[in-house]
Amino acid sequence: MDRESGHKGLQVKPEGLVTEIVEDIVMPSLGADMTEGILVEWLVKCGDPVKRGDIIAVIETQKGAIDMEVYHTGVISEILHQPIVTLPVGTVMARVKLTEHSDRSKVTQLDSVAVTQVETRTPLASPVVRKVAMEQKLDLTAVRGSGPQGAILLRDLPETTEEMRASTQASKQSSGATKKMRGAIASAMTKSKNEIPHFYQSLDIELGNAQEWLKKTNEYRSPDQHILLLALLLKAAAKALTKYPDLNGFYENNQFVHAEEIHIGNVISLRQGGLVVPAIHHVDKLSVDETMQAIRDISARGRNGHLRSSELTDATITITNMGERGTDTVFAVIYPPQVAIIGFGKIREKLQLVEGDLVNCDVMSVCLSADHRVIDGMLGAKFLNALSKQLQKPELL
Amino acid sequence: MKNHEIKALLLKAIQEIAPEIELEDIDLEEDLRDECDLDSMDFLNYLIEIKKLTGVKITERDYPNVNTFKKMLAHLEQNIA
Repeated sequence: MDRESGHKGLQVKPEGLVTEIVEDIVMPSLGADMTEGILVEWLVKCGDPVKRGDIIAVIETQKGAIDMEVYHTGVISEILHQPIVTLPVGTVMARVKLTEHSDRSKVTQLDSVAVTQVETRTPLASPVVRKVAMEQKLDLTAVRGSGPQGAILLRDLPETTEEMRASTQASKQSSGATKKMRGAIASAMTKSKNEIPHFYQSLDIELGNAQEWLKKTNEYRSPDQHILLLALLLKAAAKALTKYPDLNGFYENNQFVHAEEIHIGNVISLRQGGLVVPAIHHVDKLSVDETMQAIRDISARGRNGHLRSSELTDATITITNMGERGTDTVFAVIYPPQVAIIGFGKIREKLQLVEGDLVNCDVMSVCLSADHRVIDGMLGAKFLNALSKQLQKPELL
Repeated sequence: MKNHEIKALLLKAIQEIAPEIELEDIDLEEDLRDECDLDSMDFLNYLIEIKKLTGVKITERDYPNVNTFKKMLAHLEQNIA
């Protein structure tokens, strides 16, 4: 779903020769509860060519610092706001002139026009100055800058003291961010528990084969090639979802819409508290190694704040993994508008009867939380058993 | 490389993953994952960091020999070229 596109407008140039399509780039909504975001930095300028999926700005949201992607291919034609500024969701931040359907020669010609049209609407100032100005509600147009091209530097601000500079930094900011994140979690989870009739099903899945396969595969691999069990769990879940697609999608406007792609959201808890749930895209099409690479990638970016806007908006189902130091079971809360979440507990040893013999087995309780408006118990049970079956043959994942 | 240099690198690798940890916060003879609250992904990243800083490749076979700060220090002292 394209949640970032605003209105599409035709702009006819005065001479009437060139018709161009311009798309608005707006402050994206990264969840139903998000009302505003802070533009922290532009990574493009007027006249820059961009293609769909490029990162064009950094925005600060309840979910931390996010790399904002552009959803169209074209040329940045206007930048309407300068960092650091808080903007409501939907605010037009910039415009992109589409090039996908246009004649290349015309595009080149237009580029030069765009560049000459660059207009600075707010005074030039360094990001830290904008931040201080925003916090102290200073009017920067009244400040004379001493930097290059008259840019306002920190020293140009009245009464900028060391303490003030320090106050704009880390500690305060991170506790504020954690608080905001708690607010985002609170509203999403309250909405979920108020609206979604959850039911829960649990199955103990035998993981001896998976553990054995991992041990053999990892024996001589260096840590950057090492595969974690989570990669197998994700792959197995994706495969089971292709068989039971009714768990994969969204419940919106009183109906279920099945998602074509399998984008699995992963709950990552942050050291400073709170969590982020970035999606790994097209898990069904990735190999186990690629899945592991993707896990490594999102967990690193989840922790240092470079998740992409799409990763936080397009998960079609979520998994939460307690890990070895967690609990036996987790009964998770569905992230709306998704219709299911899979909770993986920690592996435990269990004595089981196998063909009449008592055998020591590694098992994991896997709990499916499902939306009863869409899913029934029989479907949930079939899905969990399919998941178990996948995990018995890790070499085929 | 001298012992105190390796020790500094080891702490650097830990702080890359868990920036709030200081040496005096942890028991050097206890499991580092518990001491520093590392999940399996954190632990992998810590090993990747160690490889970057020291060149020593630690595989799953070595895990029992590197699970505490003290053991890791000894392992690195032996294996740093």
